[in-house]
Amino acid sequence: MALFSAAGLAASRGGRRLFQGVGFALEPGDALVLVGPNGSGKSSLLRLLAGFGRPTAGIIAWDDGDIRADLDEYRGRIQILGHADAVKPALRVGELLAFWIALAGAAATPGRVDAALAAVGLERLRETPCRFLSAGQKRRLALARLAAYDRPLWLLDEPSVGLDTASIASLAGMIAEHRERGGMVVLSTHQDLGLADARTLSLADYPAVETGDQDWWAA
Amino acid sequence: MNAFVALVHRDLRLAFRQGGDGLMAVLFFVLAASLFPFGIGPEPQLLARVAAGIIWVTALLAALLALDRLFQTDWEDGTLEQLALSALPLELVVLAKCLAHWLVTGVPLILATIPVAVLLNLDLHELPMLLLSLLLGTPILSLIGGVGAALTLGARRGGVLLSLLVLPLEIPVLIFGVAGADAVLAGRESQAQFLLLAGMLAAALPLCPFAAAAGLRQALE
Repeated sequence: MALFSAAGLAASRGGRRLFQGVGFALEPGDALVLVGPNGSGKSSLLRLLAGFGRPTAGIIAWDDGDIRADLDEYRGRIQILGHADAVKPALRVGELLAFWIALAGAAATPGRVDAALAAVGLERLRETPCRFLSAGQKRRLALARLAAYDRPLWLLDEPSVGLDTASIASLAGMIAEHRERGGMVVLSTHQDLGLADARTLSLADYPAVETGDQDWWAA
Repeated sequence: MNAFVALVHRDLRLAFRQGGDGLMAVLFFVLAASLFPFGIGPEPQLLARVAAGIIWVTALLAALLALDRLFQTDWEDGTLEQLALSALPLELVVLAKCLAHWLVTGVPLILATIPVAVLLNLDLHELPMLLLSLLLGTPILSLIGGVGAALTLGARRGGVLLSLLVLPLEIPVLIFGVAGADAVLAGRESQAQFLLLAGMLAAALPLCPFAAAAGLRQALE
């Protein structure tokens, strides 16, 4: 059986079923690219995969066990990159990254911080306060977190937004390296990142339906 | 442990660099307390009798000032989701943030009590007792406040809602805090009040982080 899989997933928002019957199975080294028009539920699906929110139907499984059975343990295996970069204007670039490494339970040595910054080309900005970063640089700093500590599953929501071509290439490189180490990636994107033999899941194939479903929290 | 220290360290750093919250709370405390002599008239005896109460009530209100931002900024910029994925259980995340809140607002408030006490003509024999009651009481305020901040996360006008939620819960702390400090005036022992305050702190330390973490999980769903 697959290491990370989902079956029969459905999500509802405000009486609309965004998608239903979504499923996939990933083995170590696999990459899954979510595509689909705006509002088709890519971000919602990624949030569900991170254990934020409950699916209306279906199951998400790690090693054949429902992730909701032990969310804390599951969340220790993933890294997410959302639309928000989680960058604090008052902290320096190096301080922020060292903080994230320590929070992940790893030792935040200067060498480790430098290596992660070098992976996204920010090594010269280590002592710069984050409020002076451009939107693209903030995005790269958020990406540096991926390189800073090792987690087997990456869930990336439009990771290439705001990045220049060189940074997109280095993002593709980071993903390839991660997969070589046996990591898995699920990402949503509107542009071709040039990932080798990645599978594609088009949410356009799962059209939204008006069901009058209640959101789980209103049920 | 490492991650816990890192989170406290980061919050202290943010507080000192942005410079606002702790300083604002202390200034509010000093200013609000110094309004009372104007309001009730400059009678030294009367002031001395109500000084401990004034200091406690204004300290309680001052501690509320920065509370609504305890989790708000982390929630808005995506940090809270990252914290949920960290090696630290959410309960300890809450505890770390409450500790940082206490260090940034509670400790300066205790120190500012000394000049304010002089201003209000507080009996100097009472001052050590008042400081001790604040030392035991202000961490409870930060912990209860943490629960309120987590529960009102994402609510519109959350700051007002937070005050309405938290203030009633803080009444017992206020009662025993003031009673503990005032016992000296009546020539009574204040051990019982302090033991009760310490008991409340001992209960709040494990219970509040659990309640607040449940609130954060709800906000993240």
